[in-house]
Amino acid sequence: MDLPEFPPKVGVGDFGEALWNPEAATPPGLIGPDGLTAPKRFNVYRNNVIVSLCDALEQTFPALQNLLGEDYFKALARAFVVQHPPKSPVLIWYGSDFPDFIEAFPPLASYPYLADVARVEWAWVQAYHAADVAPLDPAALGSVDPNVLGSIRFEKHPAAALIMSSWPVWDLARANRFEPDEEIRVDLDRSQSVLIARPEFDVELLQLRPGGDVFLNALLSGATLGEAAALAEGQVAEFSLSDCLSDCLSIGVFTDLVTA
Amino acid sequence: MSVQPSRPDRTDATVPARAGAGLKAEHVEEILTSSADIGFFEVHAENYMGAGGKPHRQLEAIRDVYPLSLHGVGLSIGGEQPLDKDHLQRLAALNKRYEPGLFSEHLAWSTHDTTYYNDLLPVPYDKATLDRVCEHIEEVQDVVGRKMLLENPSTYVAFEQSTMSEIDFLKEITRRTGCGLLLDVNNVYVSCTNHERSAETYLSEFPIGDVGEIHLGGHAPDVDDAGRPLLIDAHDREVDDAVWPLYEMIVSQTGPLPTLIEWDNEVPVWSVLLAEAQAAERILHRASATGLQRAV
Repeated sequence: MDLPEFPPKVGVGDFGEALWNPEAATPPGLIGPDGLTAPKRFNVYRNNVIVSLCDALEQTFPALQNLLGEDYFKALARAFVVQHPPKSPVLIWYGSDFPDFIEAFPPLASYPYLADVARVEWAWVQAYHAADVAPLDPAALGSVDPNVLGSIRFEKHPAAALIMSSWPVWDLARANRFEPDEEIRVDLDRSQSVLIARPEFDVELLQLRPGGDVFLNALLSGATLGEAAALAEGQVAEFSLSDCLSDCLSIGVFTDLVTA
Repeated sequence: MSVQPSRPDRTDATVPARAGAGLKAEHVEEILTSSADIGFFEVHAENYMGAGGKPHRQLEAIRDVYPLSLHGVGLSIGGEQPLDKDHLQRLAALNKRYEPGLFSEHLAWSTHDTTYYNDLLPVPYDKATLDRVCEHIEEVQDVVGRKMLLENPSTYVAFEQSTMSEIDFLKEITRRTGCGLLLDVNNVYVSCTNHERSAETYLSEFPIGDVGEIHLGGHAPDVDDAGRPLLIDAHDREVDDAVWPLYEMIVSQTGPLPTLIEWDNEVPVWSVLLAEAQAAERILHRASATGLQRAV
């Protein structure tokens, strides 16, 4: 008899390893009512793990699913889940590296705009769950001494994010998720940057005007108002400081301003 | 016992011995505008671990009007490694913020190493696991500062290495830690069917004096390798016809207990979920009438 003397012990490590690998054998010691190893029963757990995590990605990235189609998205999500399983039980934080994964996924190399669409969707979820902080009152700017206006800096609102893209992400995100009923013609030769913020409880998206992305990117990196405006004016002829600043203030990109 | 909430505009924390429902974001507005007549709501703690935004705003609004049960699904109490201290702190913070009348977690594991598996995975019923689970529950109760309820699992495989029954395992846990039990009657039916045991016998042996809450939910039928029935705890449909009599059998012995309808996938419109809760409540009324007769 080569039966083991004691029943095989199944550690959670063995269990977990076998969950990820559909080719792996069911760990011996996991049995059905007849006392025999039960692969189909073990597959229920395999299926629960993979499917529930793919569902979590589907909830975070619906525009991407729309662009790729349900079947392709499922296959892509499955590949991601196996290589990048979550590290936290809080699934609203799961998927931060999905955009980078898509960018580096060889079969999708000829669709380089997909990763930026995913970045917009990731920023949307983070904005949705961000801390409740009152945005800066636009009137606060009026009380700043005009002589020091150029040297003020802004503090970013926890919900705010800027996605700078070489692709028409604004149109792609609207057509595939946020404004599905609008007739939006996506022109892949255009580049668009999207601002995401949550002035109160609803997440808002805004397409930045020309130079607005350069300007806001500089502000969010710690530049003064004067430095950011000069940078944007130097790079983009049509840049309008007042329009871009009022866009940012209207959807609550900042919480506070700091005078030097 | 009545617990005074910390905010004057908030209703009492105590979860009544009535039926409740799992809270879904898409139902919140209808629940509040219709002032739905229901005993309580239960939420998965992990869905409210973001810093702010609409989920918290909705839950605050619900909590003002209804008692709440906080149900964790990701602590991995049955895991082989120490509990995630950050996650435990998040659970403690939610308990403090929302003052739920009930707080529960599962007899299962879901994290190993740094990986979170997002499923309630089974544990062997042996001494090493028992010791570990008890240590973990004591830690939870210490950090969160209250008694917790532990839910019996639905399982698809058994461990050959198990040396005790699930019932003895649960009894020993409550004896050592003082925790209560969340009796999921659907899980009992699913597990007993899957392991070819009698659900009635299981329930007759269950330590019903420790039960603080009951769960009811729907399951999906499948078959195993040998063509035997294999039920999947899917929470995607009505409570099965076979589960209601088991529920009635239990509450006729315990008297009315807070009872939750779980419906997490293929979530129906609010009226359908409410109707399930009302069906449970009719059984609770009958149980309370039987209890009165017994008392007389």
